[in-house]
Amino acid sequence: MENLELEKIASQVRRDILRMVSEVNSGHPGGSLGCADFLTLLYFEVMNHDPKAFTMDGKNEDLFFLSNGHISPVWYSVLARAGYFPVADLGTFRKLSSKLQGHPSTDKKLPGIRMASGSLGQGLSVAIGAALTKKINGDNSLVYCLHGDGELQEGQIWEAAMYASANKVDNVIATIDYNGRQIDGDVETVLSLGNLGQKWQAFGWEVLEMNGHHMQEMKNTVAKAQLLCGNGKPVVIIMKTEMGQGVDFMMGSHKWHGVAPNPEQLANALGQLEETLGDY
Amino acid sequence: MKEFEILGNKDTRSGFGEGLAELGRTNENVVALCADLTGSLKMDAFLKENPERFFQVGIAEANMMSLAAGMTIGGKIPYTGTFANFSTGRVYDQIRQSIAYSQKNVKICASHAGLTLGEDGATHQILEDIGMMKMLPNMTVIVPADFNQTKQATIAIAEHNGPVYLRFGRPVMPIFVKPDAKFEIGKADVLTEGTDVTIIACGHLVWKSIEAAKELEAEGISVELINMHTIKPLDIQAILKSVQKTKCVVTAEEHMMNGGLGDSVAQVLAQNYLAPQEYVAVNDSFGESGTPMELMTKYGIDTADVVKAAKKAIARKNA
Repeated sequence: MENLELEKIASQVRRDILRMVSEVNSGHPGGSLGCADFLTLLYFEVMNHDPKAFTMDGKNEDLFFLSNGHISPVWYSVLARAGYFPVADLGTFRKLSSKLQGHPSTDKKLPGIRMASGSLGQGLSVAIGAALTKKINGDNSLVYCLHGDGELQEGQIWEAAMYASANKVDNVIATIDYNGRQIDGDVETVLSLGNLGQKWQAFGWEVLEMNGHHMQEMKNTVAKAQLLCGNGKPVVIIMKTEMGQGVDFMMGSHKWHGVAPNPEQLANALGQLEETLGDY
Repeated sequence: MKEFEILGNKDTRSGFGEGLAELGRTNENVVALCADLTGSLKMDAFLKENPERFFQVGIAEANMMSLAAGMTIGGKIPYTGTFANFSTGRVYDQIRQSIAYSQKNVKICASHAGLTLGEDGATHQILEDIGMMKMLPNMTVIVPADFNQTKQATIAIAEHNGPVYLRFGRPVMPIFVKPDAKFEIGKADVLTEGTDVTIIACGHLVWKSIEAAKELEAEGISVELINMHTIKPLDIQAILKSVQKTKCVVTAEEHMMNGGLGDSVAQVLAQNYLAPQEYVAVNDSFGESGTPMELMTKYGIDTADVVKAAKKAIARKNA
C-alpha cells in the first residue's frame, strides 16, 4: 500500500480515537495517537492475517499482542478499519456491556483480541509463549507485540527478554513505543531507562530504531526486522514517537496520557485531522 | 466402618509426576514449564521423554505464567510447575489477567503446599493459595487426597478446557484411592456413609480424617466422610445431602481457616441449610520450621483435632 494511503487510514484512526475517548470522557488518547501510524502499517501492510475469519489459535497467521493495553482506542480503531468488526461498534467503547472494554479483553469475544492486557509487563511473555507454540506447530508466521516505554520499568519484561534470547525465540518482533512520557511525567524523570538500546543488546536482542511517524522508514525497518528473524535472536524495534501526535495541543506533554478532550477540544483536534474513510 | 486398605506410601507430587509423564505419552498437545524445580516437582520423566515439549524458564515465575498463557494460543495445554507459594501469591496478577480473565487453558500445578513442606519454614509454607485461586472467576481448584488421586487428577484436567489450579504436597502419605478410580472434576467422593457427623476434607487431611473416623467409630460415633477433592466447582449436592442427614459438619484442610474449603462449605450451609460447623484449619497464623507431622500437630490440623472437632460439632447439634 502507498504511504499516502496508509497515512490517510492513520488520519481516520486518529479521528476515531479522539471521538471514542471524548464520547465517554475517559480513556487514553495520548499514546493511542502516538501509535496510530505504526498499528496502521502493521495491520494494513505488514501482517499476514485474516480479519474476516478470526480464530483464537491464529494458526499460520501473524499474531499481534498489545502489552500496553491502555492504548486500546488505537487498536480497536485499526481492528475495525481492517475489518475485524463493524466500525459502528467503536461507538460502544467503554460503555456498559460493550465488547470494547476499557482495556482489551477476550471475555466479550471481540474479534482480533487474543489476550487481556492492561496490567503492564505481561505481554512480552505472552508473545514469546505464542511464538514458542508456533515453533512447536511448525508455523513459520511471526509474532508482533507492542510495549510502552514506561512499561519497561516492570521487571517481568526483563525476565521475558532474558528468556527469549537464551532460548533463541527468533520469531518475535517486539516494538517499544518510545515516547518518553508516562502518567507522572517524563520517563527520564520518573525512572530513567538509561541506555535502552544497550540494555536490549545486553539481553541478547537484535535492536533496531525507527521514527514511528515516518511510513517509509517504518516499512524499511520492519522489513529489516523480518529478515533478522530466524537467525537465533529475538528482535526489538525502539520506535521514537510523539505522545498525542497529530493534534498540536496534545503533543509535547504527558498530560494527555489518560485525559479525554472536552467537546471544544475535540472540535479543535478533529479540525486538524482529515476524515478519510468516513467517521463511524 | 469400611476398612481402608493402605496401598502404599508416596508423596502426592510423585503422583503429579507420573500423571504428567503419562500425558506426555498420550496427549501431544501437553507441554510443561518449570521454574528451576524440576526434581522437586517430579517432572523429570516428562522432560526425559519429551525434551522438545519441556520449557525450563529459570527462576522467573511471572514470565512462566504469562508464557504458558501465550502458549495456549495455537492449541497447546501448558502445565506449569513450581511450589504453591510461587504458583499463586507471587504471580497472582499474571494468573488473574492472562489466565483466568483471558480464559486460557493453563494447568497451574503447585507442589509443597501448606505446612507439610516442613523444615523450609513459613516463607515457603503457603496457606492462602486455595483462597486466592478460588476467588478467581473461571478457575477450577483441585486438591487431591493421595498419590493415586493426584495422578488421576493430573490426567483428567487435560480434558477440561480452562484454567485449573492443582494443589499437592511434599510429604510421603498413605495411598488409599484405588489406582483405577475415575477422577471426575466437581464430583465429591463419599468415602464412608454415616449418620452422626459429616467430615468434609481435602488433600492430606483426608487421610487424617480417615484415621479420625476410625477413632470416632470405635467410640460409637457414625461418621460420613467426604473427600472434597474439588474446591471449585464445589459439589453442593453432596454437601447438602450429607449434612441434611447428619445435621452437623467438620471441614478439614491444610490451609488457612480464612478462605479455604471450610469457608466454601459454610457458604453453602448459610445459603441452604443451617447446621453447626467446626473448622480444622490453621487459624490466622504463619507456619514455622519443623517436620511435617510436628507442624500438623502444633497448628491443629492432625487426627486428634478432627476427632475433637467432630465431637464438638455433635455436641452443638444436640445442645
